[in-house]
Amino acid sequence: MNSLILTVGTRFLTALFLLFSVYVLLRGHNSPGGGFIGGLIGAAGLVLYGFSAGVSAARAALRVDPRTLGMWGMILALVSGLVSAFAGAGPFTGLWFTLGDVALSNVLFFDIGVYMAVFGAILTLVFALEEAG
Amino acid sequence: MTHTAAPGAHRIFGYLAALVAAGAAMLFASMLPTVLAGDTIMAEIGWAPSMGISLAFMIDGLALIFALLISGIGAFIFLYATGYMGDHPRFGRFVLYLFAFMVAMLGLVTARDLITLFLFWELTSVTSYLLIGFDHDTPRARRNALQAMLITAGGGLALLAGFILIGTAAGGYDLAVILSGPGLQDHGLYGGILVLILLGAFTKSAQVPFHVWLPNAMAAPTPVSAYLHSATMVKAGVYLLARLHPVLGGTVPWTMTLTVAGATTAVLASVLALRQTDMKQALAYTTLMALGTITMCLADSGPYALTAAMMFLIVHSLYKATLFMVVGAIDHGTGTREVARLGGLRHAMPVTVVAAVLACASMAGLPPMVGWIGKELIYAGATTMTVAPLVIVAALTANALMFAVAGIIALRPFFGAPRPTPHPAHEAPWQMLAGPVVLACLGPLVGLWAEPLLAPLVGTAVTGSLAQDRAAGLHLWAGVNLPLALSLATFALGVAIYILRARVIAGLDAVFARLPVADAAWDRGLDGFRAFAAWQTGVIQTGRLTRYMLVTFVVIAAVFVATLVRMPPMLAVSSAPSAFLWLTVGVTAAGAALSLTTASRIAAIAGLGTMGIGVAVIFIYFGAPDVATTQLMVETLAAVMFAIAALRLPAIVERRGRGRQVVHAIVAGAIGASVTITVIAISATPMDRSITTYFEENSYVLAHGLNVVNVILVDFRALDTFGEVIVVLLASFGAFTVLKRIRRSKT
Repeated sequence: MNSLILTVGTRFLTALFLLFSVYVLLRGHNSPGGGFIGGLIGAAGLVLYGFSAGVSAARAALRVDPRTLGMWGMILALVSGLVSAFAGAGPFTGLWFTLGDVALSNVLFFDIGVYMAVFGAILTLVFALEEAG
Repeated sequence: MTHTAAPGAHRIFGYLAALVAAGAAMLFASMLPTVLAGDTIMAEIGWAPSMGISLAFMIDGLALIFALLISGIGAFIFLYATGYMGDHPRFGRFVLYLFAFMVAMLGLVTARDLITLFLFWELTSVTSYLLIGFDHDTPRARRNALQAMLITAGGGLALLAGFILIGTAAGGYDLAVILSGPGLQDHGLYGGILVLILLGAFTKSAQVPFHVWLPNAMAAPTPVSAYLHSATMVKAGVYLLARLHPVLGGTVPWTMTLTVAGATTAVLASVLALRQTDMKQALAYTTLMALGTITMCLADSGPYALTAAMMFLIVHSLYKATLFMVVGAIDHGTGTREVARLGGLRHAMPVTVVAAVLACASMAGLPPMVGWIGKELIYAGATTMTVAPLVIVAALTANALMFAVAGIIALRPFFGAPRPTPHPAHEAPWQMLAGPVVLACLGPLVGLWAEPLLAPLVGTAVTGSLAQDRAAGLHLWAGVNLPLALSLATFALGVAIYILRARVIAGLDAVFARLPVADAAWDRGLDGFRAFAAWQTGVIQTGRLTRYMLVTFVVIAAVFVATLVRMPPMLAVSSAPSAFLWLTVGVTAAGAALSLTTASRIAAIAGLGTMGIGVAVIFIYFGAPDVATTQLMVETLAAVMFAIAALRLPAIVERRGRGRQVVHAIVAGAIGASVTITVIAISATPMDRSITTYFEENSYVLAHGLNVVNVILVDFRALDTFGEVIVVLLASFGAFTVLKRIRRSKT
């Protein structure tokens, strides 16, 4: 697609989308957002980049295969869910600890895993569709 | 898989397995004092406590008899297998299968929980499938393995249903509780339970008419046959009958079914055994006879019959394991199992012949063998049973035929003039002799000292596990009585059959030539079943996506409409919607109308997008920003994907006829209208807010999150979310694979 407006706009928008997706992911526990929506927003940003610069450029920008990303996301979600077992709790139980002022938990890592999995899944599909055509 | 190791390098696995089995046997033997004192050893691991299921085990008299037979004979079988086929390239795998089978059998007989029992029951079916089909290069082995699997595992399904009924009737699956309870004979479910349990037990124990698989299971290597037939697989059925005897037995249906099935099996099997010329086949049929006899004895509740069942179980295991190993040794040493081609082997196989003679004497029921005691007890039991004449005749016939078979099949190859065999006969290696010799010598040993050696354990099984007041004594000489007379009659009849064998067999052959063959009927049935499955698949799975979707949506519409008709809801729209909401609804509906009517793909995609965004606006309006954001993003990405995929296709051309358009419109309209009515009805009724309140109150307290939606997703229902993520990921990976294949086929 050769559109000057799209090409120029995308340079800003993709970065914005990705940044915003991380923001949405991290704020999710207390405000609207979370891993699922964040993953979708991030994927939308890269899809936009793929439209303007081509799929191979988008793949290169991502550096890793989206399938790998999705797999690792799922593994991260699984591991952070099973970590609870070491604390003697049932699987997928939330565990919390504070580091200074920041409250951290395995729930956060679960959410990041969901983010990666959704991100990877959507991109896998869109890139494959683009390349199939 | 490659085998770089030298032939025989896997023998070590055989020795190891034999050691472990012997160790298990000693472990079980160490439990003897406790069990003989009347105690039951229990062990339990939680499994699915919410369903009242646990991985529980118990060892009482009955379980211990079986466990000792399984592990004890198992040790000899492993040793024997090492000698018999230690050079086989897949010997390691064979030992693994056989060991798994042994563990499954041990689990089965020691299970205290009915579901645990079922688990091991099916495991024995699966492992025996692997064992029978071990020579998987031959179609016959595969076919016979499948037959055994289908029959026994099919019976296993009936058994599971029966167990669940027992669990319902008795209030739990714990055998210790069920067996100490009042029994189920008067329960309303008794009829169903009996039918299902007997189906399971009869298929496993190969009672007529489910007997076809057992002789075919001879396709397995001989060590497997020896194990399956002597101590394990087929005995699982009689074990179950014995185990549940206290809670299910004693009724007229139980007594009649077991008597008739057992008697028929015993007589038919001993007749069939007489006709066989392959030694292994003949032994297979004599196993059937033993199973029939034990089943027949279990029909009754008297001490004699039940003691006879327990005794015959031990007797048969000892001599059958010996004889199978002897046949294997003959096959191994001469290259044939055809009884007509063998003779005079006593010179070449001087040790094997001793084992064979002792085992045959036990099988024929001669004193002072343990087989004699077993036979006397069967007669003693038969005279006390409900339908004594039938049982006596059946037992007499079967035992006399056994006597003849013992002579014809198992002894003649060793005596008479030597005959030329495929390769010159030679004695088996020590690994193959240890089992037969030890087990055969146990015959007279246990026979002579039955009272001190066997009576305590058998007595415990009968009085403890089978809940009898007393067990019958084990005597070589019980005085001049009816059983003794019957034994003498048996010998006379047996000798007569042996002498007249040529004429008897010819007569039998003539009769059987006219009868239908059960095995052929099985093949025809299986073919018919396959044809039916193919036909049914063709009808249901047409391969047309539009057809599947139509069926799916028709079902959904029917369910909705039927529900609404049966339970007409109260419809009340509480307040008039605002103008903004009307506008949103209008835009959404316009998008829907556009995507339905347009011939341009891009317009259709735009229409769908409009709809989705309209719905998202409605979400925002009603205060669900999370859902709205997700909806917006999904809509956007869906539009993107549609655009990529659909824009490459030509313009939309209507190919449906008028009739199908009408059908589709009706289905769509029905779903749309009924869903709308349902949603209005739901919003008109006051909501149950208990769950909402719980999440509102606890999401910050327990999960440190203010966003209830996200807290539910990642904390309270994290496992669900994880499952959904897997689905999303798998779907995209699947699409990826399909699309890659399309691209490859294009280039």
